[in-house]
Amino acid sequence: MIISALAFYLFATLIVASGVMVIVSRNPVHSVLFLILAFFNGAGLFILLGAEFLAMILVVVYVGAVAVLFLFVVMMLDINFVKLREGFLNYLPVGGLIGLILLIELLMVAGGWAFSAQAVPGPGAPLSALAPDPGVSNTLAIGKLIYTHYFYLFQAAGLVLLVAMIGAITLTLRTRKGVRKQNIAHQVSVNAKDRIELKKVKIRGGV
Amino acid sequence: MNGLPNFLPALPEIFLVLTVLGLIVYGAIKGEAESRFIGYIAVLALVVAQVLEMSLSPAHSVTFNGLFQSDRYSIYMKSLVLLGSALSLILSFDFQDHEKSERFEYPIFVLFATIGMMMMISANDLISLYVGLELQSLPLYVLAAMRRDTVKSSEAGLKYFVLGALSSGLLLYGASLLYGFTGTTEFSGLAAAFSESSGHPPLGVIFGLVFLLSGLAFKISAVPFHMWTPDVYEGAPTPVTAFFAAAPKIAAMALLVRVLVGPMGPLTAQWTQIIVFLSLASMILGSFAALNQTNIKRLMAYSSIAHVGFALVGLAAGNVDGVRGVLIYMTIYLFMTIGTFAIILNMRQHNRMVENIDDLAGLSKTHPMMAAAMAIFMFSMAGIPPLAGFFGKLYVFLAAVNAGLYTLAIIGVLTSVVGAFYYIRIIKLMYFDKPHEPIDRKVGRDNAIILTATALFILLFFIYPRPIISAATVASTSLFGGG
Repeated sequence: MIISALAFYLFATLIVASGVMVIVSRNPVHSVLFLILAFFNGAGLFILLGAEFLAMILVVVYVGAVAVLFLFVVMMLDINFVKLREGFLNYLPVGGLIGLILLIELLMVAGGWAFSAQAVPGPGAPLSALAPDPGVSNTLAIGKLIYTHYFYLFQAAGLVLLVAMIGAITLTLRTRKGVRKQNIAHQVSVNAKDRIELKKVKIRGGV
Repeated sequence: MNGLPNFLPALPEIFLVLTVLGLIVYGAIKGEAESRFIGYIAVLALVVAQVLEMSLSPAHSVTFNGLFQSDRYSIYMKSLVLLGSALSLILSFDFQDHEKSERFEYPIFVLFATIGMMMMISANDLISLYVGLELQSLPLYVLAAMRRDTVKSSEAGLKYFVLGALSSGLLLYGASLLYGFTGTTEFSGLAAAFSESSGHPPLGVIFGLVFLLSGLAFKISAVPFHMWTPDVYEGAPTPVTAFFAAAPKIAAMALLVRVLVGPMGPLTAQWTQIIVFLSLASMILGSFAALNQTNIKRLMAYSSIAHVGFALVGLAAGNVDGVRGVLIYMTIYLFMTIGTFAIILNMRQHNRMVENIDDLAGLSKTHPMMAAAMAIFMFSMAGIPPLAGFFGKLYVFLAAVNAGLYTLAIIGVLTSVVGAFYYIRIIKLMYFDKPHEPIDRKVGRDNAIILTATALFILLFFIYPRPIISAATVASTSLFGGG
């Protein structure tokens, strides 16, 4: 019990700390690396909750794909982040004030957290049909939720991704003139006659 | 688990999705040469979806495990959205002929956005609300940036995208708070949880409500979440602007009304003050900021902000009459907007698009019919009887007065007088000023048909308004759980 509590606090502290570092570090590459650290700690938290499938998905998708993509983008785009942050101190008072007000309001909200305990067992239990079943593994349970209960949203999310893909292509693909493309079929089907011309050359006549 | 769900309520959406998937494949194989054909098929698909919606959609049905609903309200609003999308798509054909900027993706994105809007209107759950909203917004960002060789269009797309992502974040944050405090995302569950705590909902719920409303207010571009509207309207290609002003605004308004009346119904006392503020701010800013605009697309942006403010007056009343007012207002707004943009799309000199208000000077001499139609739209937007715009305003203000919101109604009438100034200034320009550079004679056939039809609708609405008013009454009562 105490070990899992310790592990929780370790992961939680690290996740917050690396989250802060993502924002503060001057070098964008460092930011992305800290982001990856945050993802790893998040995966650790999932394992503590017994959601091993989510933990692995987090590592595979976010660390393996998304963060690496970020890293590429950050390295390819030559953005001077120091220059971007020049006005930071000027905006700090206003931004800080708004942040502070929001923080106070959120604390007040957290203080009033008595509602959910009464409401959850009452009307708000649409998933009671999908209550945890000890005989079912995590992966199966998630599959049942996503592909059966929420299949409408799954399909809709697929459409959103399709739109994103077509959108990216529409906005970036352009047909350039004068591009020389290699057409292998064309190259293979070339005859010797197309390329070589035999000429009779007169003796001592030159070409 | 127990067989397939009922697909009938979502039949128009499913039909549109299948069509658009087919069109993508066809377009990818055939290339840009077939763009016009794809456009025609897209319009046809929208018409078929409209027919399916009106004939087959059940009047009370929830399907897909409580994620999707169909009722008379959704049928009414979806019909409006489908009509708006189809008309703005037809308007775009002529423009693309002139500008030689035909892309087969254009109708495909319009279709995708329309599907998203229909899913929004039919949402019965915070998650399906969000997914529908994203499916609607994402194509719009791309459409705004479609002419990537012009700086303005790219800027519009980027601005819209960044601010839209921000507003989605606000909306999601609000939704997560609501989920945290109630334990459900389903609309009926939320309504039940809120009515349990009637009168004194916890602070967190209010907090979530405010964030959710901010996200939705961005989508209808109500003040203070309107900043993107003038820039995006000005920068986007004109047919895209027409589409923005017509369909997505109506869908977002439909969603706002659905969320506030349905799940948030028990919290009416709490959200009324927010809506009153949004409405007041939109009416005032929309009217005053439009006064010294020189670009007609920017003017239309501010005018649409003001119109949203007027429509929200009806919502602030928070009863059946108010919502009926909103529905009638949005219907008339759709026709006025499409008609006005049909004229803006014809504003070209020497075959080049012009966008300044001054370019309309002396239109009555060169294009008497077009000037007459523009005058009808402008008088209607200003709310001069007996044109349709007057009745739109009448129903919302009547509902507000009956609900005791006198201040709101009075300020609404006053700002509508301010708005009348800039609408009538356009009429003065057209009829009393000398043309310095006449607008080209040629008017596209499709545009002319749409222009005539919308102008006649606005002009003759008062003779036989019954079909629309009774349909709006049925739709709004069904939203409040009645017949």
